[in-house]
Amino acid sequence: MSKVLSLNNLGKSYKQYPSKFSRLIEWTLPFLGLRHSKKWVIRNISFDVTQGETIGIVGVNGAGKSTLLKMITGTTKPTEGEVSRAGTIAALLELGMGFHPDFTGRQNVYMSGQLLGLDTDTITNLMPEILAFADIGEYVDMPTRVYSSGMQVRLAFSVATAVRPDILIVDEALSVGDVAFQAKCFRRINDFKEKGTTILFVTHALDDIVKHCHRAILLDKGSIAMAGEPRAVVNEFRDRMFGKSKKRVDSLSERLNKPDDNELSCDDIFHTKPLYQTIEHRWGTRAAEITDYIIKSDDQNYPVTIFAGRELDIKFRCVFHNDIESPIFGLLLKTPDGVNLYGASSRELMHENLGLVKAGAVVDFTFKLKMNFNTGPVLLSVGLTHTDEAGSDEPLDRRYDSILLNVDNEKKFIGLVDAETQCYIEVNE
Amino acid sequence: MFSLLSAILHYKGFIIGAVKRDFQARYRTSMLGAVWLVMQPLAMITVYTLIFSEVMKSKLPGINGEYSYSIYICSGLLLWGLFLEICGKGTSLFIDSANLIKKVNFPRITLPVILVLTALINFVIIFILFAAFLIIIDSLSPLQLLMMVPVVFTTLTLAAGLAMVLAVLNVFFRDVGQLITIVLQFWFWFTPIVYPVQIIPNWARGFIEMNPMAVTVDSMHKIFVNNQMPDWTSLLYVLILGLVLLILGLYLFRRHSGDMVDEL
Repeated sequence: MSKVLSLNNLGKSYKQYPSKFSRLIEWTLPFLGLRHSKKWVIRNISFDVTQGETIGIVGVNGAGKSTLLKMITGTTKPTEGEVSRAGTIAALLELGMGFHPDFTGRQNVYMSGQLLGLDTDTITNLMPEILAFADIGEYVDMPTRVYSSGMQVRLAFSVATAVRPDILIVDEALSVGDVAFQAKCFRRINDFKEKGTTILFVTHALDDIVKHCHRAILLDKGSIAMAGEPRAVVNEFRDRMFGKSKKRVDSLSERLNKPDDNELSCDDIFHTKPLYQTIEHRWGTRAAEITDYIIKSDDQNYPVTIFAGRELDIKFRCVFHNDIESPIFGLLLKTPDGVNLYGASSRELMHENLGLVKAGAVVDFTFKLKMNFNTGPVLLSVGLTHTDEAGSDEPLDRRYDSILLNVDNEKKFIGLVDAETQCYIEVNE
Repeated sequence: MFSLLSAILHYKGFIIGAVKRDFQARYRTSMLGAVWLVMQPLAMITVYTLIFSEVMKSKLPGINGEYSYSIYICSGLLLWGLFLEICGKGTSLFIDSANLIKKVNFPRITLPVILVLTALINFVIIFILFAAFLIIIDSLSPLQLLMMVPVVFTTLTLAAGLAMVLAVLNVFFRDVGQLITIVLQFWFWFTPIVYPVQIIPNWARGFIEMNPMAVTVDSMHKIFVNNQMPDWTSLLYVLILGLVLLILGLYLFRRHSGDMVDEL
């Protein structure tokens, strides 16, 4: 298999000047030396891609994925190192950005095609096929400013993929179209793949990476943190994301070795624990505080992956600063897009009242539950509340979306919740 | 240099298409369409002719023709229009196309080529009207048209060279764009276009002669008003200046085109 793309020690830095005038001085009086400092956004990137490979690129926002792709397509020049390409590249990044709003779809097809370096006759020949694929009907001869964003993407995708490229870069721009069109796009991408097109695939849908890619690359802070078998890379990415930083992962393994790890702290160290999410929204009177937690499953503390159906122990420590009458502890599990999966509180679960809790008291709440959900991330919100004299709930300490769990369900089904369906078949006759 | 040329050849479809679209875009939403292309210079010529020739009674020394002042103004103004369009739009060339440059990988050198071609076609359209007027008053000879070619070419080179330098500088120093609009205003009035050079006091003539656009505009006047040969030597100096600017512009472009994307 031949190499179609080769990145050699690629790096990109932006020049930062201390003031508006220092660039002028640097340009006009070069003998005074350089005045800018370099801000590296990506560095030391080397990998080769062979023909027909499908490669997934993952990384958090700001890890340098876009910069890397722009250097691969050539819109941005690398500061150091080089990209060598054998063959044509089509990028499905920012689809339809080059469209002129006053021109008709047809004219824009010509312009996009010409920008790709196609000559007018070729585009004229490809036109019927492009229009058939985009399937936007009579809108073809209307100005693109009246198009919906979905229609723009359809037309742009059709042009960009009208000629099979040697390398195709796919990112989440595609998610704009409707599901039927997306399916059509993926059919075309798969068709290209079979004919030998190399595909670079950038997405946050990690399962897709595992499903479609031969190889995956994890970018972290502008360099390759890991490259190799997709499942391993995706798992490493999850570890990093949920563990938040390498340091914390280290301290986790240190703590795992200590027998007293189950000890919870009365100091507020909630945010230092593994699986904690900085996106948390915390509010409440803080008359009592949730200071620490531990999550256990299968004798493993703070498991990165929670297997569906296994019992999960979550224990929270609450420190009371004031006297509180009948505090209630609640938890809520949600999908990242905000669908409630499950929620309950100690009031419903225990059927009995905790009574008055004195100032200075330390109370631990433990929940045992089974995560019978489908594979995917789950956000955990917790909260401590009490009912005041007027009968309304007063939040003491609510920590919304503070912990991210990652469920792995070996069963295959559609939807969020495992209905534990059993299927019987009787063939009569 | 060779790579720039081959890029231009390979993207000729895009260049031709873009020039066409530029004309379409300008006039497709208006009802009168291409009429507006002619209206603006026509209005300008009318205003200047009225004010200078009728109201202020300016006369061209030594020339007595009914239309001589109009011809004087038209020939100069047409050439200045070409220069202004390239320099004015050229300065913000890369900034105006920032969206395209950041999103699509295509040879950026096509952008100035498109600009120069568009301006040249604009010039030719307006010039055809001017030529029609000259034919009506029976003062156009094929030799005049032939002599005009090097003058236009020199102006084109000068404008393109200047625009190229300014376009690159303007990406990094946005003050250039602001400054150049002011400079072009002064430059217009420091060039004998609406007034004859003779009204300038002697001590200031030296400065006018250092103005390259005064040389090209004067060549137009010599050709169409006086029916004489232009001063080829002065014109050659302007051409050399234009070529130097063009080379400097291309050098700056090649050297900074990588950083340019980061600044847009």
